[in-house]
Order: sequence, then structure tokens, then C-alpha cells
Amino acid sequence: MSAVGTIARALPVPAGAGLARTLVERNARAFRHGWVTLVSGLFEPLFYLFSLGVGLGALIGDIDAGGGRTVEYAAYVAPAMMAAAAMNGAVFDSTFNLFFKLKYAKLYDSVLATPLGPRDVAVGEITWALLRGLLYSTTFLAVAAAAGVVHSWWAVLALPAASLIGLAFAAVGMTVTTYLRSWQDFDYIQLALLPMFLFSATFYPLSTYDESVRWLVQATPLYHGVAMMRDLMLGDVSWGILAHVAYLSVMGVLGLLFAARRIERLLLR
Amino acid sequence: MISAHRLTKRFGGFTAVDAIDVEVRRGEAFGFLGPNGAGKSSTMRMIGCVSPPTDGSLRILGLDPAKDGPAIRARLGVVPQRDTLDEELTVRENLLVYGRYFGLSRAHVRAKADELLEFAQLTERANSVVEPLSGGMKRRLTIARSLVNDPELLLLDEPTTGLDPQARHVLWDRLFRLKRSGVTLVLTTHYMDEAEQLCDRLVVMDGGRIVAEGSPRELIALHSTREVLELRFAADDHAPYATKLTGLAQRVEVLPDRLLLYTDDGDATAAAVARRGLEPLSVLARRSTLEDVFLHLTGRTLVD
Repeated sequence: MSAVGTIARALPVPAGAGLARTLVERNARAFRHGWVTLVSGLFEPLFYLFSLGVGLGALIGDIDAGGGRTVEYAAYVAPAMMAAAAMNGAVFDSTFNLFFKLKYAKLYDSVLATPLGPRDVAVGEITWALLRGLLYSTTFLAVAAAAGVVHSWWAVLALPAASLIGLAFAAVGMTVTTYLRSWQDFDYIQLALLPMFLFSATFYPLSTYDESVRWLVQATPLYHGVAMMRDLMLGDVSWGILAHVAYLSVMGVLGLLFAARRIERLLLR
Repeated sequence: MISAHRLTKRFGGFTAVDAIDVEVRRGEAFGFLGPNGAGKSSTMRMIGCVSPPTDGSLRILGLDPAKDGPAIRARLGVVPQRDTLDEELTVRENLLVYGRYFGLSRAHVRAKADELLEFAQLTERANSVVEPLSGGMKRRLTIARSLVNDPELLLLDEPTTGLDPQARHVLWDRLFRLKRSGVTLVLTTHYMDEAEQLCDRLVVMDGGRIVAEGSPRELIALHSTREVLELRFAADDHAPYATKLTGLAQRVEVLPDRLLLYTDDGDATAAAVARRGLEPLSVLARRSTLEDVFLHLTGRTLVD
């Protein structure tokens, strides 16, 4: 997480005092009073895994995972669920939770009266979203491994991979949130997320699509998250995975820059 | 402590603060008075380093807010107009977490929180959540929170607005103690009694400009008469009565509910009013206050 801080410090971004960790501490404390919401985030991807992967998977049987190799459907869909869960968790934290703190609790008005700057707010909130996401992805991976759908030791790298997906989506989500005016606007976010969840080669291979629309699927960030995760958990790792990493890293860093800039624009007028 | 020269804040085409000059010295209590929209809060936000000046120069604690924002804010305490307490945390946690924002160690913050709970008379509510606290308690907690970093300069934006008289006196007492211990206070208020009680020096702002500056006593001597006679008539509109009173006072101010006659001898003026055959519902002769200065300078009643 401090890597995020280092990157942010190196770039011409809004001011901060390097105290983002104190905001993480604040969130951890607030969470002790509302730990139920923490638990709910654990179950959603597991429910999907068992209903689609194990349940539906029994009807589907094995599936071509690319390169002529076939795996059982649960092993095929598990990485996608993990990627999607990382996306959903990050988006939820950086949109709903952030919007509440920004517009209603006025949390950052008091935070910015201290040495903390807009960069600390952006880095602190995103770090918190990532820490929370890490808890979810670790649990998911452990359950998936126990269920026998994880095929390679490469899967250990699925944890930082989930954090990378989280960073990309949390940073962009935070930027988007600064433009939202009311709770109704959140429907637009759902409108973007749901098709991505369903069509980013999550439940079936990219080769299912006609040549003419594949580029569209490949342009979405979740496609890269899912593909990266699937490579790792199935152990099909090649240099190609770096393209996915690069896509998501650029998205995360740019998102972070814009998010800090927007917080500055909104609150330090 | 604060040195502003031709300090200006514009929002688009609107000028909130119009080239003001302000000097605040260490250890004094300095007040910004003015009606709503006068530019007080915009000025306070610039001093608090959360709003960049559009023009002019501003130095706080000898530093430049544009460059040293975090370093300045580390030495400031800020009490915003509206309480911005963290409602997801308890009373004590509000102090702990806020102290951590200043980069203070956990041990230091723990000790400081206990001290401040005592100071704000909230020790018994330490583990309560913030939401059910009374307005006075929340305000005291906000002030306690602003002291967590032992600030040299405390900025208070309408510190006692919305509090009952007891709560205000408790708060004033706390502010006096801080002042005695050497903390510089800068406050905005539209309670004139508060300004007279607390401020060594003050400026009156109107329309983004400073229209008067001095100690409360100086301002009264300069801009008002020794006494004021208040007359209330049985009418919705008091303006017509003003014309009937010409020549009786140095100045007549028409308020929605009463007339103010500025005079050096209130009782003598009251007798003169009676001789003209006017029969007000109520007559009150009193000493001039800062409120009279305010009404005179801003040409209107306080709007809020």
C-alpha cells in the first residue's frame, strides 16, 4: 500500500502530508462499530462460486480453458468470481461509502482542517478499500482451494492481483463519485457494472464472441482482471499477463490522480 | 500571527472578500463581525488554509499557506460553524482519531483525550456515540477536538450559535482560559455580547470589506452615541414614526419592530418624545452597545 503512496508522491498531485494511514486507522475504528457489513462482503462471491461453479458446473462439465486444455467449470469460473468480487467490493467502498462521507457526514471537511491534504484522503480511502478487499479475496481463495478448484501455486499471486483490480476500480470509482449529485445517480454505476460482470468473458471464454465484438470485451477493465486471475489460478502464466497488469496499473494510478484532484476541487475552494 | 494584505477571494464573478488588510497579534482575541454574506467565513477558510486566496498576500504564523498549508494547519485549531464530528465514532474516539490526523503518537493522544474530556466536561460521556449528545455537548466536543494538537492559533466560526445561555457561559469560560494560557483566538460571531465579552480587537465586515476596526470600546465611542432610546409603536411599519421624531436625536435607526434613537441622554430624549404627543408602547433608555455600532455600520439588522 505504501507503494501507492510513493507513486502518488512522485507525481505532480494535490498536496498531502503523508498521513493517509491515519485515515485508514479512522476507518478501522469506525468499522468495529459496524462489523456486520464486513461479513456480508465475504459471502457473495462464495455463493456465486457454489451456485454457478459447482451447481451449474455439474451440467456443463469440462470447458476449454484455452490452449487445448480442459478444466472443470468450477475451476474455470472461480477466478472470474474472485475478480468480480474485487471489483464490486472496491466500487462499493469508493462510491456508496465515499459519497456518504463526502456529502452527508462531511468527514473530509474536518479532515482537511488538519495537516492531511486531498492526496491523503484519496490514498487513505483507497488503501482502506484494498485492505478490506484483501480480507475477502484471502477468504475466497482459501475456500476455493479447499473445494479443489485451484490448480496451481501461481494462485498465491491471485491475492495481489485482486488488490490491483481493487486499486483500479476504487480509484476510478472515487473519481466518478465526486461527480455524483444524488443517490439516484448511482444507477449509472450499476448500469456500467452489471454488463461488465456478465459479459467480460466471466462465465464463458472470449472465443464464444464473434470476432467483430471481441475488441469491445477486451477493452473493459474487468476482462483484464478476469483474464489475469484465470491465468494465475489455472497456472497458465505467460508474459502476456503483463498486459493485463499494465492496463489495470495505469487505470489505478490515473484514477488516483484524478480522485485527489477532484477532492481538492470540491473541498478546497 | 496573521498578516493579510489586500486579501481577496472571488468565486467566479462574485467577490466574497474584497482586498482586506488584517493584522492579528500573538495572544489577542480577534473578532470578525458582520452580517451573513459579509465574507467572514470565506476569510476564516483562507486563514485555515482550506481555501486558496484569489489575490493579495496572506501569512499565517509567518508562513505562506500556498506552500506550507500542512505545516500551518498542524499548529491551528479549527472550530467550524457547523459541527463536523465523526458520528461513526464515540466521543473519546473522536479526540483520538483527530489527534492522529496530526501525526501525534497514540500514547500522547490517549493522555490528551482524557485531559480534553475533562476540559469539555464530557468525561462521563466518553464512550457514548456522538449522535445523541445535546447541542452544547457537541459544541464542547468540537472545541475540545480543535485543541488536540495544542494549537497556537484557534479559529472559531460562530462558536456559540444555537446554544442556550448556560452553555454559552461555560464555553466563554473555556475560551477565556485558553486565552489566558496564551492561545491566540480568532472568531466570527454575530452575537454582539459575545464580541464585547471576548474580543480585544475586532473588525466589522460588510459586503466583503472591512468597514471598521478597533476595540469594542473604541468602536462604540467612534460610531455610536453614549445612550440609545428604543421605542416600540403599535404599528407594523415603524418608518412613518421616524419622520415625526426628527430633531430629537443625533440619528434614528428604523428596525422592523422598533426605532432606535441615538442620543447622549436617553431619559431627556424620552421626555421630548412625550412632549411631541407620541405614545409608544414601550420606551427603553440604555447604554450604547456594539450592536448599535453594527447596525449603523452595516445599515441593516442582523439577518440569519
